[in-house]
Amino acid sequence: MTMEVLPADGPARGDLPVLEVDDLTVTFSRRGEQPTRAVDGVGFSVAAGETVGLVGESGCGKSVTSLAIMGLLPERGVRVGGSVRFGGQELVGASDRTLRSLRGADMAMVFQDPLSSLNPTVSIGTQVTEVLVEHRDMSRKQAAAEATDLLDRVGIPDPARRLKEYPHQLSGGMRQRALIAMALACSPRLLIADEPTTALDVTIQAQILELLRELVVDTGTALVMITHDLGVVAGLCDRVHVMYAGRIIESADRHDLFARPRQPYTGGLLASVPRLDGARGVPLHPIRGSARDAIPWAEGCAFAPRCDNAQDDCLTEVAGSTVPLEYDGPGRELRCRHPLTYPSTPAGATASGAAR
Amino acid sequence: MTAVGEVKRRRIDELAARAGQVPEGEGGVSLTKSAVRRLRRDPVAITGAVIVVVFLVVAAFAPLLAPRDPLAQTLLSEIRPGFIPGSREGFPLGVDNLGRDTLSRLVYGSRQSLLIGVVSTVLGAAVGMALGVLAGAFGGWVDTVVMRFVDILLSIPGLLMAISISVLLGQNQYALMIAIAVTQVPVFARLLRGSMLAQRGSDYALAARALGVRRGRIVFGHVLPNSLSPVIVQATLSLATAIIEAAALSFLGLGDPDLARPEWGAMLSTAQDYLSIRPELAVYPALCIIVVALGFTLLGESLREALDPKFRR
Repeated sequence: MTMEVLPADGPARGDLPVLEVDDLTVTFSRRGEQPTRAVDGVGFSVAAGETVGLVGESGCGKSVTSLAIMGLLPERGVRVGGSVRFGGQELVGASDRTLRSLRGADMAMVFQDPLSSLNPTVSIGTQVTEVLVEHRDMSRKQAAAEATDLLDRVGIPDPARRLKEYPHQLSGGMRQRALIAMALACSPRLLIADEPTTALDVTIQAQILELLRELVVDTGTALVMITHDLGVVAGLCDRVHVMYAGRIIESADRHDLFARPRQPYTGGLLASVPRLDGARGVPLHPIRGSARDAIPWAEGCAFAPRCDNAQDDCLTEVAGSTVPLEYDGPGRELRCRHPLTYPSTPAGATASGAAR
Repeated sequence: MTAVGEVKRRRIDELAARAGQVPEGEGGVSLTKSAVRRLRRDPVAITGAVIVVVFLVVAAFAPLLAPRDPLAQTLLSEIRPGFIPGSREGFPLGVDNLGRDTLSRLVYGSRQSLLIGVVSTVLGAAVGMALGVLAGAFGGWVDTVVMRFVDILLSIPGLLMAISISVLLGQNQYALMIAIAVTQVPVFARLLRGSMLAQRGSDYALAARALGVRRGRIVFGHVLPNSLSPVIVQATLSLATAIIEAAALSFLGLGDPDLARPEWGAMLSTAQDYLSIRPELAVYPALCIIVVALGFTLLGESLREALDPKFRR
């Protein structure tokens, strides 16, 4: 596939990041109940052509972060604080009209489940063309031609016929390709992919990731990859933010993170990846407990109850302050008082092999 | 070895040839076309359609099909208190208490009954769906206002409501239709609103929002088509209830005052007085109501399945 398509802005579009998230908080409140802070002071930025991974277990706030960026959270019972700047424009508190004109045109999103993300009673063609009609002022006819082109570009064979079909007639991989085609229809500057490969089998996963790399990364679109799959991170991301209980607990470049994870949680995630080259019968290494064991950040490190390195000063009442996100070497940030340490030569680092 | 190799090669060729073909009947067919095709193959749909068409034809050609004048009184000499003559030569289903030919009255009655059923259901469904779309599309205070209004309608028993309305509007057949339609409004409104609310929270609605599709388009292009199938089924059921409700109103004396128009419900309620003498007189109109209701229900059910692309077999 040749990639002269997608006239994106190219990677060198000034140094201004496409997306800057700063101290983003999302609080869900319900009458008569304690408010829940799902995202708590998350900050990161994505430059054009860069791929940033948000990694963490279910319920750590990855998806809520992405919905907050897109302005897709419901209005009632949700408070979004902090700042999300898209190309310098503030999105938190922006009007519905502004957000709608940006969504689909300048920033797009691909969801986890390709079947339920497509309308079962509307043909693929209509669903693809409506984006074009909405944002690119095309006539139906032009849009149909463009849609054929788009489907072809994402590797769907016989696109003209597929346009007339319904989502249930497509295979899982093709549905996800169609959704990617819809997301890329207007050449957005930012694409958020929320676990785009989770519902697909392994060979299709690889194809979809390859497609994202070709169509998004190589054309200079900024990509935020939300995933719990470290294989996806290893294959695609430049920079990785590990989230736990609504906060970023470790940020690093992909290579550094896989070679020398510092947060015990990151180390645990890497160590828990099953290995094919290990001896048979060796038990897997899960992280103890589950995400429900997290304690509020105000009381100490949320991961402390599950952490092997945890000591008394991980708790706020002993240390006198909450655990901050601090500088941890060039390009790295860490929220931990007792991180994993490595001997000065990184070659034999314990978890390095976990990077598939 | 060679024999096996030959078989294998042939099998591979076969599979390759087949892979190139598009499976018959699938792929790239419009929704309406494939729905019609599936309806034609569905015996349930055909049964329903045949029943409905037969009754429509009967209603349309009533003057030609009815053997007698539905109002002409005959055999008056034989009718006595406690006796109504049964079926005989020239009167295959007998006569009623006033000596009018039952078969002719059934044939003419199909006109009025079908008209009441269809018109009141269409009217009720239209108003109900409009309210439902309003509530389901806007949510918030619009939803609250519309739904409280619907709740008020719903809190009044259907028959009582119909009686009050036909009293208010006066006794004529349009009042009857409107009265029955009003009792059906809340069901359609609630049904469509609930179904739309469920669809609004769906992933594809969120995905459409993430693509910047405007709200009107999401509501009418995505949410509404997915919310319609329970409404279609409800409409077919309502048709049957409407005919029965018309009968109930006739029974209470609030039906169509024009006696020149025979109607199944009125026939049924009149026959009730003579159950001990001639039970058939009640059975015939009741049977007509049941069969018509069945026809519409079968047709509606298969229509819903045919329009739902997920049901493709």
